[in-house]
Amino acid sequence: MYLCTMPMNKVKLALVAAVLAALAAASAAAAGTNLSLVGYSTPKAVMAKIIQAWQQTPDGKDTSFSQSFGASTDQARAVANGLKADLVFLSTGDDVNLLVDAGLVDSKWNRQAYDGIAADTVVVFAVRNGNPKHIKGWNDLIKPGVQVLTPNPFSSGSAKWNVLAAYGAQRRLGKTDKQATAYVQQLFKHVVSQDTSGRNATNTFLAGKGDVLITYESEALNARLNGQDIQYVIPRQSMLIELPIAVLKNSSNKDVANKFIQFVKAPTAQALFAQFGFRPVNPKVAKNYADKFPSRPGIFKIDDKIIGGWRHADAVWFDPNKGRMVQIERAVGGPTSG
Amino acid sequence: MRRYALRFTALGYLLLVLLGPLAMVFVRAFDNGLDALWKTLSDPNTLHAFWLTLLITAIAVPLNTVFGVVCALAIVRRRFPGAGLVNAIVDLPLAISPVVVGLSLFLLYGRTGWFGPWFQGHGVQILFALPSMVIATIFVSLPFVAREVVPTLREIGDEQEQAASTLGANGWQTFWRITLPSIRWAIIYGVVLTTARCLGEYGAVAVVSGNVEGKTQTATLRVQDAYENFNQSGAYGIALVLAAMSVIVLVAMTLLRPKEEAA
Amino acid sequence: MRWEGLRLAETAHAAAIGRPSRRSSREGAAAATLSLGFTTAYLSVIVILPIAALIWASTQGGIRQFWSVATAPEAIAALKLSLGAALVVSLLNAVFGTITAWVLVRDDFRGKRVVNAVIDLPFALPTIVAGLTLLALYGPQSPVGIDVSLTRKAILLALLFVTLPFVVRTVQPVLLELDLEAEEAARVLGASEARVFRSIVLPNILPGILSGVALAFARAVGEIGALVLIAGNTPFKTEVASVFVFLHIQGGDQAGASAVAVVMLAISFATLLLIGGLRFLATRHERA
Repeated sequence: MYLCTMPMNKVKLALVAAVLAALAAASAAAAGTNLSLVGYSTPKAVMAKIIQAWQQTPDGKDTSFSQSFGASTDQARAVANGLKADLVFLSTGDDVNLLVDAGLVDSKWNRQAYDGIAADTVVVFAVRNGNPKHIKGWNDLIKPGVQVLTPNPFSSGSAKWNVLAAYGAQRRLGKTDKQATAYVQQLFKHVVSQDTSGRNATNTFLAGKGDVLITYESEALNARLNGQDIQYVIPRQSMLIELPIAVLKNSSNKDVANKFIQFVKAPTAQALFAQFGFRPVNPKVAKNYADKFPSRPGIFKIDDKIIGGWRHADAVWFDPNKGRMVQIERAVGGPTSG
Repeated sequence: MRRYALRFTALGYLLLVLLGPLAMVFVRAFDNGLDALWKTLSDPNTLHAFWLTLLITAIAVPLNTVFGVVCALAIVRRRFPGAGLVNAIVDLPLAISPVVVGLSLFLLYGRTGWFGPWFQGHGVQILFALPSMVIATIFVSLPFVAREVVPTLREIGDEQEQAASTLGANGWQTFWRITLPSIRWAIIYGVVLTTARCLGEYGAVAVVSGNVEGKTQTATLRVQDAYENFNQSGAYGIALVLAAMSVIVLVAMTLLRPKEEAA
Repeated sequence: MRWEGLRLAETAHAAAIGRPSRRSSREGAAAATLSLGFTTAYLSVIVILPIAALIWASTQGGIRQFWSVATAPEAIAALKLSLGAALVVSLLNAVFGTITAWVLVRDDFRGKRVVNAVIDLPFALPTIVAGLTLLALYGPQSPVGIDVSLTRKAILLALLFVTLPFVVRTVQPVLLELDLEAEEAARVLGASEARVFRSIVLPNILPGILSGVALAFARAVGEIGALVLIAGNTPFKTEVASVFVFLHIQGGDQAGASAVAVVMLAISFATLLLIGGLRFLATRHERA
């Protein structure tokens, strides 16, 4: 009987092989260069469009992309641990520095055009429709009963920006270093959930948790584009989020990767960024979209004196053993690692 | 009266926990209409995800089948010291969490692992590439064929095999003509279970794969990816296909179990 | 009878010629070494070496460091939540699984065969799909208005889904083999249904229930796929041990992840021993 079932098994085997072959053909990568892009958690949609536009250009005609998106610091660590990449598009210079320290990115990455930045955005508060808790500024976040969402600063780039924005806003209002740090601790007492990435935090907020989500302006706009019912407020004191893009030293496609980065900073891609809610770094394109992106007098940057740049901020706030966030998380019962 | 109460309880429980949720997959997959569903399923990265899942399964299942049969024969027919330990180790993947599996592979083949530097030095990518995903899937689906074949071998005894060898058959002939046919339904049932486990693997592969779309993203990883990228109907669409595959497996299990138990 | 005759024939044959039995025993020895070698090599590469690497990595900094990492507040909370949820779910399964097995064996109704087949669905369905289905019915867009996402209830629900078949499938065969005469006799002698169940049925199916519970427990402690989308990962609130390990691997905290993973491994070993012990007791009970 076993021998009688052999022909049937052969037919089944042939069918399976045919299906596999068909699927493989359907998904086969185009001939030419394949670039691996490792990105932070939220820019998948805009990168898809930018890549499409790039593939219409003579430089990008025969290139295909493999992409991975996730929490910025986690992604940087994965690349340091061996995840193959030609380019990284992360959300903080801190995470790119992680790769510099691992010997994978040139330490002069931020001497490229626009300081190595592909696009900007700002820290905003996403709130429920109608803003029922009347949240306008940072002090509204620590009012009794307000539940705040922000990701885990040990895994997420967005979370790092949020922490520094919260601290910097207080310093801009005249508070001392100690008082501003105390504010951050107060804030984290109101945090009800710390997801691994900015995108996960958005999803948690959209699932109904929390009163306010501290996130990227680009993420709030992107969610709106996807039909999600989301309203946001830009506080007077907010931080400019600068999103870095860099080539890896061990990439076998460095030339193509660099050309792609140049394309990302050129008007076509910058306009696409603007359409997807990012603030362009290219000043001409930025002017065209000025009314979409309101400016705030109180916007400060990572390199301003009160923050002191990524190396300093990393040592002070995000060091896994001695950083201030470790102590704050311990005090509020939050995660002490990514 | 009691009969109806018990029946109602059992069926109600199944409806609430199992069937109700499953029915929702059908509903939600068609949320945005047939076109949107087709778009998601025909996306090249989705097709690649399915292909990758099938490829890993096509590698893991035959390997675990051969292992399962050889191991079962070794445990049952050759009484050796430590057979009990081998039996226990084979059962281990059933009790271990998939993340623990993923972590152990990460530690073994990672940058600071025992084998990692050697492989990296020779330019072979284990982590964040197909090899680690295959090893992880083999690990978690290891026991099924062995667990089905061992009790069957024990039950049928070795008289026929002994008889065959006295009649002059060599080891291979005995295996092919006597042993194999008598355990064939156990093997097939075990293969079905192994296939189901491979198709559905998530935790271990999620840790080691790097989740690169179009390269190391399996169908199960893609479900999560779609859900987290505001493409819920896409997530449900992929889940629908996976659920359909599971139903096929389930039908196979149901049809084969009586044969397996009778053998 | 036939076997005895064959045995005699074999001995005679072997005695007469001498070679076949020696050849077959030499062949047997070669095959044994080969199959044992293959089995050991396969198990080593796939199972033993990775587990050894895990245990070694977690004890790298010494036992004291391992202990302090494994007993860190977040780790303890995650382990407690995993064990607690697994225990609750196992007990629920003991009750509902037994009832379901009872209905499948003793009752009869249209569609019973389909229901019987459907029980195995959690074995066949990918866990991430399981989580998604629960999210569809009991999540933010629930058509019945029940939203348990990101709460502990979601953890219980997801674990109930994936452990559903265990107790049912271990109790069913026992119920099928039960001799109904003892129960009938008891009823004739005036015992109530409850008494019949307690004194006659329960002792017989108890080993089946216990081994199903142990299997369900082992599965529930390690579950990850079904929890990822629906349960969230808030430390101290909804973060179970498997999610803790996952997050800490991604977060580069190999020490923390390994420590909790080793504890989970120990729990797996212990549960396997328990299952083996129960199986041994059950067969002893049969033999008695």
